[in-house]
Amino acid sequence: MTLHLDSVTYRYAGAVREALRDVSLEIGPGHAVGIAGASEAGKSTLCLVAAGLAPQTIGGRLEGRVTVDALDTSATPPHVLAQRCGILFQQPATQLSATASTVWEEVAIGPRNLGLALDEVIERTWAALAVLAIEHLADRDPDLLSGGQMQLVALAGVLAMRPAYLVLDEPTAQLDPAGTAMVGRAIEGLAENGASILIAEQKSDLLAALCQRIIVLDAGRVVGKGSPEEVLADERLEEWGVDAPAPVRLRRTLTAAGLPPELVL
Amino acid sequence: MTAGAHPRGLPDFVARTESGPYRDLAPTTRLVLALSMALFAFVVRGWTGPLLVLALVVLLAWLARVRRGFVPYLLATLPFVISVLLINTFLYPDATDVMFTIGPVSATASGFTDAVQTALRVVAFALSVALFALTTPTNLLVADLERRGLGRRPAFVLGAAVGLVPRLLRQAREIAEAQRARGLDTESTIWRRARGVVPLAGPLVVGALSDVEDRSMALEARAFSAPGRRTVLRTQPEGAFQRAARWGLVVATAAVVVASVAGYLRWLP
Repeated sequence: MTLHLDSVTYRYAGAVREALRDVSLEIGPGHAVGIAGASEAGKSTLCLVAAGLAPQTIGGRLEGRVTVDALDTSATPPHVLAQRCGILFQQPATQLSATASTVWEEVAIGPRNLGLALDEVIERTWAALAVLAIEHLADRDPDLLSGGQMQLVALAGVLAMRPAYLVLDEPTAQLDPAGTAMVGRAIEGLAENGASILIAEQKSDLLAALCQRIIVLDAGRVVGKGSPEEVLADERLEEWGVDAPAPVRLRRTLTAAGLPPELVL
Repeated sequence: MTAGAHPRGLPDFVARTESGPYRDLAPTTRLVLALSMALFAFVVRGWTGPLLVLALVVLLAWLARVRRGFVPYLLATLPFVISVLLINTFLYPDATDVMFTIGPVSATASGFTDAVQTALRVVAFALSVALFALTTPTNLLVADLERRGLGRRPAFVLGAAVGLVPRLLRQAREIAEAQRARGLDTESTIWRRARGVVPLAGPLVVGALSDVEDRSMALEARAFSAPGRRTVLRTQPEGAFQRAARWGLVVATAAVVVASVAGYLRWLP
């Protein structure tokens, strides 16, 4: 059972150039795969394609094949895909429905949309809040939360759908340092508990902490892939528009200052 | 998969039901009552319509324990009420019963009577709507309408539309603060403030449109387009009497509108 992209090329409706070109990747159960790359490299597009929203919901043209547990995303209804593969976007506020007066009701929207029995809606909602340790926010107005809290509520809403795979599109990009730490801890917790995650992220420290594998995109193509140790230590990282994580930067600085490489961890 | 009941159950803040002779009514019944009162105030001419509705609103507001919440609604009617009083009192066509004269214009008794009736009608209409708005949160109304079969799309549109105004106002405030930080003058003369609307409106409109796209994708990712009925969280008990009374009210209101249009209610004071 995997989330599988096989030689995927995707072009947005009306666009001249492809946003993704010949991208292949596979996420198995319990695996976390990171997507790195500069802005406009195709990270968000890859997330939309992996979650099945492109082309089904937003249009465009897809070549190649995307399957979630053997279901072809181009031929599977969005509400079925939503139960297999959940997606979290960058902007916390715009992911909320704007119709719920409490966090609890916001998180319950997905299970309610599925028409589940009330007991199951209740169980899923409390469980999603508990996983992210935000039960204390249950009675709060979602519109009045901090950015980090909103993002956790949006993530809880996705988790309440019980997807086998989580696609996270730069989940901390719009957050302040406190919000980034809050959401980062929550995602690390999910990964430690065996969630299957595809995460696009500019912050390479988070990718290093989270992922078993990282791919680097540049102009829609995969230009680098491997373990975090290999990819994030690659000399071409800055060339690809990715900041190296803090330990790699420190190592380079020390080496450049003349410290013998064997003494640098 | 079917889950058992969660030990914490449906939270009280979701399951809450209100109590009291008015608040016991289902939100849909309150909506029908508000619309009926508003229509009654307008179609029944003279004193009867507005005064009856105002008396009913005051009674229901007392039952629902609504007090100062009416003030903003009353203030909102003020410009219209003042203009109606001035125009009708001084410029009422063909009126000859002059009360007093100020310069070239004369105040007439029949004009003043009509002005007060019209003003009362406007106030009665506003307070009917206000009573409903002050006692019925949108989510309760939407939940009640969904329970009665309203589809998920109209339910979402209704819920989102009501929340749109405060959200846009909040965004406008944030944009205005950001623009002010960059030196835009938003607090001096009217002309300068008017010029400041352009840099405010642009980001607001573009932001709102961009939000729609993001929100629709996020909703789709939470099975918004799934077939069938959504699960209803709240079930407010409703007796046969209330159901019958609501339909009775609909029929009675329609009858009053028809009778008024046909001229059968001219005998009312």
